[in-house]
Amino acid sequence: MHDKTQLKAEAKSVLDGLKGKTLSNKDRMAIPVQDMPCQEAAIRAGNMEEVAIGYSEEQARVEAYRCLQCKNAPCISGCPVSIDIPGFLRLSAEGDFTGAADVIRKTNLLPAICGRVCPQEKQCQLVCTLGKALKSVDKAVQIGRVERYIADRERTSGQSPIPEIAAPTGKRVAVVGAGPAGMTVAADVRREGHEVVIFEAFQKPGGVMVYGIPEFRLPKAIVSEEADKLRAMGVKFELNTLIGRTIPLETLFKEDGFDAVFIGVGAGLPKFMNIPGENYVGVFSANEYLTRANLMRAWDQKRAATPIYHSKRVAVLGGGNVAMDSARMALRLGAEEVHVLYRRTREEMPARAEEVEHAMEEGIIFDFLSSPTEILGNEKGRVTGLRVLSYELGQADASGRRSPVAIKGSEQDVAFDTVIVAIGNDSNPLLAKTTKGLAVDKRGQVLVDENQKTSLDAVWAGGDIVLGAATVILAMGEGRRAAAAINRYLI
Amino acid sequence: MNKIIAKERLSQEVFRIELEAPHIARERKAGQFVIVQTDVDFGERIPLTIADADTAKGSITLIFQAVGVSTHRLAELEPGAYIEAVLGPLGNPTHIENYGHAVCVGGGIGVAPMHPIAQALKAAGNKLTVIIGARNKELVILEKEMRAIADELIIVTDDGSYGRKALVTEPLKELCEAEPKPDLAVTIGPPIMMKFCAETTRPYKVKTFASLNTIMIDGTGMCGGCRVTVGGKTRFVCVDGPEFDAHEVDWNGMLLRLGAYKPLEDAAHKELHESGQCRLDALADAVMAKAGLGKSGGAS
Repeated sequence: MHDKTQLKAEAKSVLDGLKGKTLSNKDRMAIPVQDMPCQEAAIRAGNMEEVAIGYSEEQARVEAYRCLQCKNAPCISGCPVSIDIPGFLRLSAEGDFTGAADVIRKTNLLPAICGRVCPQEKQCQLVCTLGKALKSVDKAVQIGRVERYIADRERTSGQSPIPEIAAPTGKRVAVVGAGPAGMTVAADVRREGHEVVIFEAFQKPGGVMVYGIPEFRLPKAIVSEEADKLRAMGVKFELNTLIGRTIPLETLFKEDGFDAVFIGVGAGLPKFMNIPGENYVGVFSANEYLTRANLMRAWDQKRAATPIYHSKRVAVLGGGNVAMDSARMALRLGAEEVHVLYRRTREEMPARAEEVEHAMEEGIIFDFLSSPTEILGNEKGRVTGLRVLSYELGQADASGRRSPVAIKGSEQDVAFDTVIVAIGNDSNPLLAKTTKGLAVDKRGQVLVDENQKTSLDAVWAGGDIVLGAATVILAMGEGRRAAAAINRYLI
Repeated sequence: MNKIIAKERLSQEVFRIELEAPHIARERKAGQFVIVQTDVDFGERIPLTIADADTAKGSITLIFQAVGVSTHRLAELEPGAYIEAVLGPLGNPTHIENYGHAVCVGGGIGVAPMHPIAQALKAAGNKLTVIIGARNKELVILEKEMRAIADELIIVTDDGSYGRKALVTEPLKELCEAEPKPDLAVTIGPPIMMKFCAETTRPYKVKTFASLNTIMIDGTGMCGGCRVTVGGKTRFVCVDGPEFDAHEVDWNGMLLRLGAYKPLEDAAHKELHESGQCRLDALADAVMAKAGLGKSGGAS
């Protein structure tokens, strides 16, 4: 059930029924989970607008009433930035959304973004007491949806308060990379009165939130509002500046007078499968495909100068959020048939459950337990298909995941004209290569201590350059920790 | 935002612009490139090699050919105007040392990025031979600049309208056959020319570098669109290059990849001219009319 009007009407009648009642835990447990209103699958597959429309006020309040307000509040420790979740849910249930927004703002700068892209079912909602009591994570309080409602309400009211900034300290902090980690650090450090400059290689701030995550999942207007909020706080942006090339990292200290540096440059180099045919025309890294479509706006083919491949039959390799984004983007760009090939089964897919569900509703075809051994091409060097090997799940490995085992002789050739490789990223070597003394591990990820401090004096790092490919919220969590350490250092 | 401080039309379709970019001017080394975008919302990111830099003025010089919609847009900008985004310097600098005798082979617009490399090789003490190749006399660029630094300058044109009527590979082969043969060859130009330069020097085992100009978006290692097979391994031109051992490059694979968007690009380019939106056509026509010549037929 995704119809906005109907969901709102139902929520209103539930809300009327709750009026004046003192709710017992049993009463709260009986309140139905509020579904997310969505654009219909058949319609949204042909446009770039947001899939999930967002709760109505009635739905947000009803959902918030479901929270048991349990004392141990496991949700708070399930949240990488430790939002006081029961606190904002209590206020939301009462209809005090301004108060709820104030609670969230204490620990989360980007709630409109987190409410949309966090994998809540693996974090706060996974450990929710209500979900446990009802024996299903799907029945946990829909914390992310309420968070989104609160953030959107504040956003569209035009009255987002600018956080208070302490008196100028005369200290300067350089943030390298304007993604979720960098933006979080900038806000937290700026609040203490330090001057902050964010250096970004791309022409727009936002990092993965502008080049990677598509418009239909995270409208770019929201990301640019968040950057504007930072500007209003006095944070400066230096776009089109690649630290390590345009300005060496050492120069930031030696000549530009910075007292501390945070590195949040993201994951970097796309991984390929290392199978034959990977350099045929029509094979793209998900980074390239999505950057063309999102940042360079190739989805708007009438206006954008950047071309994007015209595809009919698309194969996406991988099972994470980036694979879902690529598949759904290809569909919206006019592909007739889009397959996702994943070596394991739906159970093991790392993508957010909601994205997988949405992709399935939209008609993306999932070829589980299959992976290509070769990309096939013609004499013009263009992709014509994949040689696909089937797998079955074998014994569980040390991590408890059942590893896929190839079924001998099961290869089949399947026709495709486009292959999008979405199997993750290696670390970009550029900064480590151009910065003496910056310690990285053998995969190129920057090594940090428990406070995100690197091997270099006055340099901290966080987000995907430390974690490998992770999520927006984990990057923000690292950013918060780094910012706290930088603030302590600058006292 | 980078202000254009000077502009010159070197030939019908080749332009030289000097722009303010103090950081890039200071950090750039021979062989590096920038990514330029005239419109940060809908424009394309175009990689262009840095032809020169003036650290005192804080400026860099770019030389480019108006070959598609985005380079046309760039060519339309006049001094005083701003380029919305310039990112760089990108890529690894050329490895400069005293090799002995170095031969620099620049074809067409490739002569522009070759100039700083030739300069650096000369400064490092190499004996320097420069071969400039162009379709015709009109398209020969930087002759004066190259003559000033080269011990020997050879110019060839496809139609014989200037210098020798030959392909660059002819004098290159002669140099390889001479004793002593060159110690290094560097080639920059159309991919097909670089491929044949590689084939020319291969039998003589003359170490040869080529600077590759693949399709690219971010230029920082993130998209992988620029990948090319070198020595059997996939390499990224933006972070592993742009220069590679020309004898190890899979030229055929690279040529195929360069054609990925050809049909789309040609259609967009054609539309630009047919819609009458290309201001360069009008400019070219005015120049030709002034010279008493017919209609130019437009920049390519």
